[in-house]
Amino acid sequence: MKVRVDPERCQGHARCYALAPELFEVDDYGLSSALGDGTVPAGSEERARLAIANCPEFAISEVGVEG
Amino acid sequence: MGETTPVEDWAGDFDVLDPGYVADPFARWDDLRERCPIAHSNRRGSTWLPTRYEDVTAMAHDVDHFSSLDISVIPFEGEGPEDPAEAVLPYGVPPISADPPLHTWTRRLLLPWFSHRRVESYEAVTRELCSGLIEGFLEQGRADAAVDYAQQIPVRVIARILGVPAEMADTFTEWVRDVLEFADDPEKRIEGMTGLITYFLAEIERRKVEPGEDLLSELLHSEFEGVPVEESLVLGVAALVLIAGVDTTWSAIGSSLWHLAGHPGDRERLLAEPELMALAVEELLRAYSPVTMARIVTGDVDFGGCPMKAGDKVLMNFPAANRDPAAFERPEEVILDRAVNRHVAFGSGIHRCAGSNLARMELRVALEEWLRRIPVFSLAEAEEVTWAGGQVRGPRLLPVVFR
Repeated sequence: MKVRVDPERCQGHARCYALAPELFEVDDYGLSSALGDGTVPAGSEERARLAIANCPEFAISEVGVEG
Repeated sequence: MGETTPVEDWAGDFDVLDPGYVADPFARWDDLRERCPIAHSNRRGSTWLPTRYEDVTAMAHDVDHFSSLDISVIPFEGEGPEDPAEAVLPYGVPPISADPPLHTWTRRLLLPWFSHRRVESYEAVTRELCSGLIEGFLEQGRADAAVDYAQQIPVRVIARILGVPAEMADTFTEWVRDVLEFADDPEKRIEGMTGLITYFLAEIERRKVEPGEDLLSELLHSEFEGVPVEESLVLGVAALVLIAGVDTTWSAIGSSLWHLAGHPGDRERLLAEPELMALAVEELLRAYSPVTMARIVTGDVDFGGCPMKAGDKVLMNFPAANRDPAAFERPEEVILDRAVNRHVAFGSGIHRCAGSNLARMELRVALEEWLRRIPVFSLAEAEEVTWAGGQVRGPRLLPVVFR
């Protein structure tokens, strides 16, 4: 599983970071991005799905999966 | 003062300050969403009230048609300029009341102060503050969870960030309430604005001589494209941080404690499963979103079949959007571990609340400390809970007992 944050959509709600800090980083201006190449380590899949389902801007998606 | 005629037609003549609506707006929104999803009223100028998630978020994203130049839910009805602040002293427009491009760079000045890293550094002091407040009333077995607790927390954290003394907390609270809660009284509104602007002007002067490590000092020494930031903008931002950071979070803390006081099942579940807190905080923010913002229609436009005219006001009804069954399953229920929760309590689009990380931390810590010290509590029987509404909704008197 691999996740991606669309920088055009992200508005810095930081809900993804609050739910899955091991998967995302947020800069000083609130812009979020997936850590590394976005690969979700084993055991974090549920939290990745939670981050996707809680983004108010629909900015997070699973790579290769239609949002 | 605002009108007091009772509302007969909510679709065409709503009143957001109607006491029944302030105390319990939820059924009203459900009804409007079904039969007239964008209501209208002329009570305080031509104003639209959307209740669907889809509409509210679309408008929040459409900054060309819906400007932030006036974000107040209750228009200023006093003498003189439309903005009460201007009646006092011209101050720089903070990003909350600006459109791009001004919004873009002024917001960037502010955001790093509320990044999750900075906010983490405020957590220990927030926890200590909450714990100290509880110490003050724990032995009595009863407290007003709004007045004695919720109201006391955000103002003191904000004071620290701004670099002004915590002893000013009660005065700040009074000014902010004058501006936001008593907004339909022009005299109070001017009094509140005058108080805080005069105060911050003096604080800015002081920092020119003795700069500190606080937000005010650093803003005074910031630049945009090589040009120092104007003092009037520093003043505007200081006013924004105080006005936006106090009533709002205090209301969220109060509403959450009100919910837990009346829903022992949820309270017990949080005690048994403290790891749910991160999700629970978001769910409580969804169910009891405190903040409604406004936008001004920039030019005649048809939105969802509604003929909006330039200068009309639109209320960004984020609280109602967060109760829309089209966006949330069983929206009327508080489900502490709700897994799909794209709530917009902090807004949507480019004006997303700049202090959302701080608010979320304060709410979580306030609930954690309360539950740790006062695990069993309930509403005090025969005592009234009162609510404020309009721009910010939350309990203002919340008597609880815990013995």
